[in-house]
Amino acid sequence: MTTFTELLSYEDALASFDPVMGLEVHVELGTKTKMFCGCSTELGAEPNSQTCPTCLGLPGSLPVVNAIGVESAIKIGLALNCEIAEWCRFARKNYFYPDMPKNFQTSQYDEPIAFNGYLDVQLEDGEIFRVEIERAHMEEDTGKSLHVGGATGRIHGASHSLLDYNRAGIPLIEIVTKPIEGAGERAPEVAKAYVAELREVIKALGVSEARMDKGQMRCDVNLSLRPTPESEFGTRSETKNVNSLRSVERAARFEIQRHAAVLSSGGSIVQETRHFHEEDGSTTAGRIKDNAEDYRYFPEPDLVPVAPAREWVEELRGGLPEMPRVRRNRLREEWGVSEHDMQSILNAGAVDSIVATIEEGADSAAARKWWMGELARNANEQGVVVDELPITPAQVARVAALVAAGDLNDKLARQVIEGVLAGEGTPDEVVEKRGLKVVSDEGALGAAVDEAIAGNAAIADKIRGGKIAAVGALVGAVMKTTRGQADAARVKELILERLGVSEG
Amino acid sequence: MPGITREEVVHLARLARLELSSNELDHFAGQLDDIIGAVARVSEVADQDVPPTSHPLPLTNVMRADEVRPSLTPEQALSGAPAQEQQRFKVPQILGED
Amino acid sequence: MVDIIKLTAAETAEKIASGELTAVEVTEAHLARIDATDEKVHAFLHVDRDGALAQARAVDAKREAGEKLGPLAGVPLALKDIFTTVGVPTTVGSKILEGWIPPYDATLTRKLKEADVVILGKTNMDEFAMGSSTENSAYGPTGNPWDLTRIPGGSGGGSAAALAAFQAPLAIGTDTGGSIRQPAAVTGTVGVKPTYGGVSRYGMVAFSSSLDQGGPCARTVLDAALLHEVIAGHDPLDSTSIDAPVPPVVEAARNGSVAGMRVGVVKQFAGEGYQAGVVQRFNESVELLKELGAEIVELDCPSFDLAMAAYYLIAPSECSSNLARFDAMRYGLRVGDDGTKSAEDVTALTREAGFGDEVKRRIILGTYALSSGYYDAYYGSAQKVRTLISQDFEKSFEQVDVIVSPTTPTTAFPIGERTDDPLAMYLADLCTIPTNLAGNSAMSLPCGLAPEDGLPVGLQIIAPAMKDDRLYKVGAAVEAAFVARWGHPLLEEAPSL
Ligand SMILES: [Mg+2]
Ligand SMILES: [Zn+2]
Repeated sequence: MTTFTELLSYEDALASFDPVMGLEVHVELGTKTKMFCGCSTELGAEPNSQTCPTCLGLPGSLPVVNAIGVESAIKIGLALNCEIAEWCRFARKNYFYPDMPKNFQTSQYDEPIAFNGYLDVQLEDGEIFRVEIERAHMEEDTGKSLHVGGATGRIHGASHSLLDYNRAGIPLIEIVTKPIEGAGERAPEVAKAYVAELREVIKALGVSEARMDKGQMRCDVNLSLRPTPESEFGTRSETKNVNSLRSVERAARFEIQRHAAVLSSGGSIVQETRHFHEEDGSTTAGRIKDNAEDYRYFPEPDLVPVAPAREWVEELRGGLPEMPRVRRNRLREEWGVSEHDMQSILNAGAVDSIVATIEEGADSAAARKWWMGELARNANEQGVVVDELPITPAQVARVAALVAAGDLNDKLARQVIEGVLAGEGTPDEVVEKRGLKVVSDEGALGAAVDEAIAGNAAIADKIRGGKIAAVGALVGAVMKTTRGQADAARVKELILERLGVSEG
Repeated sequence: MPGITREEVVHLARLARLELSSNELDHFAGQLDDIIGAVARVSEVADQDVPPTSHPLPLTNVMRADEVRPSLTPEQALSGAPAQEQQRFKVPQILGED
Repeated sequence: MVDIIKLTAAETAEKIASGELTAVEVTEAHLARIDATDEKVHAFLHVDRDGALAQARAVDAKREAGEKLGPLAGVPLALKDIFTTVGVPTTVGSKILEGWIPPYDATLTRKLKEADVVILGKTNMDEFAMGSSTENSAYGPTGNPWDLTRIPGGSGGGSAAALAAFQAPLAIGTDTGGSIRQPAAVTGTVGVKPTYGGVSRYGMVAFSSSLDQGGPCARTVLDAALLHEVIAGHDPLDSTSIDAPVPPVVEAARNGSVAGMRVGVVKQFAGEGYQAGVVQRFNESVELLKELGAEIVELDCPSFDLAMAAYYLIAPSECSSNLARFDAMRYGLRVGDDGTKSAEDVTALTREAGFGDEVKRRIILGTYALSSGYYDAYYGSAQKVRTLISQDFEKSFEQVDVIVSPTTPTTAFPIGERTDDPLAMYLADLCTIPTNLAGNSAMSLPCGLAPEDGLPVGLQIIAPAMKDDRLYKVGAAVEAAFVARWGHPLLEEAPSL
């Protein structure tokens, strides 16, 4: 569904308006069981096989809080520099929707478990921007609906829907920022950097894999414009379920341009939800938020208050890992790379893989080279994240070691990686099976060189005559006869030696 | 305390997903107005400085270990479904969004 | 030859254990009684003949195998149709759950089965436990065995009537605002609302989560205690369940005494609306307590005057949310799904068709009380009243061991009399509601017949939270004294049906 939307150019929009953002991120925790029942959260199970009276909302069923859900919420709160409530409750958010079995979501309202924090995010040029955190609270996910009979599974035009409640009740932590002001033209970049940083924090805490592509982390982008940074906030739009880092940036940018177009032509913004479209980066209108919406929150009477003991909170604080940004800066110095390169590594989600590869013995340049080159490209093609590729850091380190030892050249190493990804075995097995060894037998190599000189007499003469650049053609011929398994540098040396010329 | 109007009852019925008939609306509006008139007395204590009680027990921190318990079988889960298809609950077309 | 159906639960269990009776004989006798009388009484919504007999046969087999039997093994029980039962319909007295067969047992159901208590079937009730007369059942009213044209109380009228009609010696009720005690009072039986959290709510269809409490119903105080001990105790599936030993209720029931006890009489439980005969029997009960050695203390609990108002905000608020799950999507009734209507419309049409008037009224009232503009004035204030009531109870229990009052201001009223006057109906729970709001425990037991109409009057005994045993200690003493005075249990005076 594409509708034409009037947009102002980004530059013009920023010249006339100051953007204010609010970001709401939902993170699905990686607990073994759901938030309020003992059903498994394992992905990929058959429909409705991970449900029980509680998460199906059967009459008479009752919730019991998952201790690890609470612990994870506190860890997230602490990592986001929040205060942790001494006493808080769950509340019911009442609204009807078929994917929500009880027709209320068990959530938290005015008593979140964590509040008043911040997350410092680093922009591409190294600038630090502080995003203030309003709150982080616990709640539960909904079931999954499959819309049947309409176009491409869309809700519009569907004749009916099919519901699977395996996901209903999976623990969610909702993290809400305070209004993000002062980002100016960098607002979209800040939004993306914030979500990226948050993802790193969540992963570092080990509370979730935070995979946006799997819906484990979802972002709503609230945006409004005002004439000047001194003006009151304008009316905001809420773009829902923006599910990649790139999309977060694009959605913010699109909404800035759209709001600006509406406002500069004298119109006014409607407070509504918007849907983001991956295909073209646009948003379209969803539900209008009128005053009829009234969630009638009240304290959940089936649950008792959560009052985390201070000793427990301090114990959790003491156990927090090094925060990703601090760690990245340390690594950046250790590795000697630029802010920009580090940002690319972060965006590719490759930090941990590179660290692990170095731990397996590779040098940092080689580890970065493989993960950010061959593997990043491969992951991109397959639409997965690098650490999901079927290759381990130890295997990448082995490839690097083979290259360092001169057993493989880069071209061969790429073939080895390709073989590992194709499931042909370990790097050594692939080398073995494909016969990928650098030809280092000087005799065999010498014969190939002689053959190349003999077969390309004209070129050989040119080289003898001082046109050393022409050597590439002969090297190519040798590589061809050795099926790429020769060390190109050595081949070049041999050719020049044979022709009696020296480089430089 | 103000009472309750028929229009308010219409709005509340919509929030509560009740398709009330016009007769019922008339009937309930009067009764609810009486009831609200009677229960509005509680606001006498609105200004009193006492903590609200949402729960009769002074319990806190009741939690369970993150251990998997057996789920229902899909057949059991779907046993009461008014309609089903592909091992899922079949429901009429959904109009609203998110 | 003993008249099996007139035996108490304790006697029945003893005779089964000794081999004098078999559990199958006992079950068959009660099923026969149900067959003979339930057309008139309509205490049951579903009789589980096969299930009951299978349970009874298992008990007899255990005895024959020399296994030790539990204290209520083989004793039949009538289960309020609000507890889930695997394979047996659970309707909560509502059309919206007509035909629903739960795939899981309530914790209470499981405990009854584990104790070899024979579940005869499911009893009638006001829809979703909302009511004081059982007239709000979608399946028709239940008659009071004392006078079939009168209400048996509610919401647990089916359970109370089954006891009074000798269809079962034991029954289970639930008490949100008086739904165990008020039916007990108007049918001349015994009913106990345990301390909130004393009996698991898992599998008990929720009306008002912070008030609901399941409890025992019986014809004697000892029988109620025996049943109390079977169903009470901590349940990890209910977060609001008390993790502490069950008070020694059976021991207390076997050692009834009020000597040296201080008994409170609350001045707010009197005045306009109290039937003369009820007041008379209550005053006689107080005199009796004195004779038995209790010291009577007058108490002032001013907040109790606001209890009813607070209750009719809190209970509807919680129910408006609890009943939202009945939406025609996953179970229960579905109306209007003709392939053209949306899920939203089907939900609204189903709820319209599936819920009765009282349920709809309360849902709307609760929706109103929780809505943003009114929350503080209504729900918030009601919760403050709740605090004040708890404080009044606390202060009172510094001065007395138990409190007594009439259970209900009047005896059983005629069916139909209050059906279109919700406020008049609500008055039936005037004396029982404060206990639900504060979460402590209370019992109703018979204290005679009102002279003007010859119908039973209930005496309410209220104890602090977790002191449920005091109810039984006092109740057993009062019961013994009354039975001695009357020369027989009160129910002997009920018509034979
Ligand atoms: Mg949320
Ligand atoms: Zn579950």
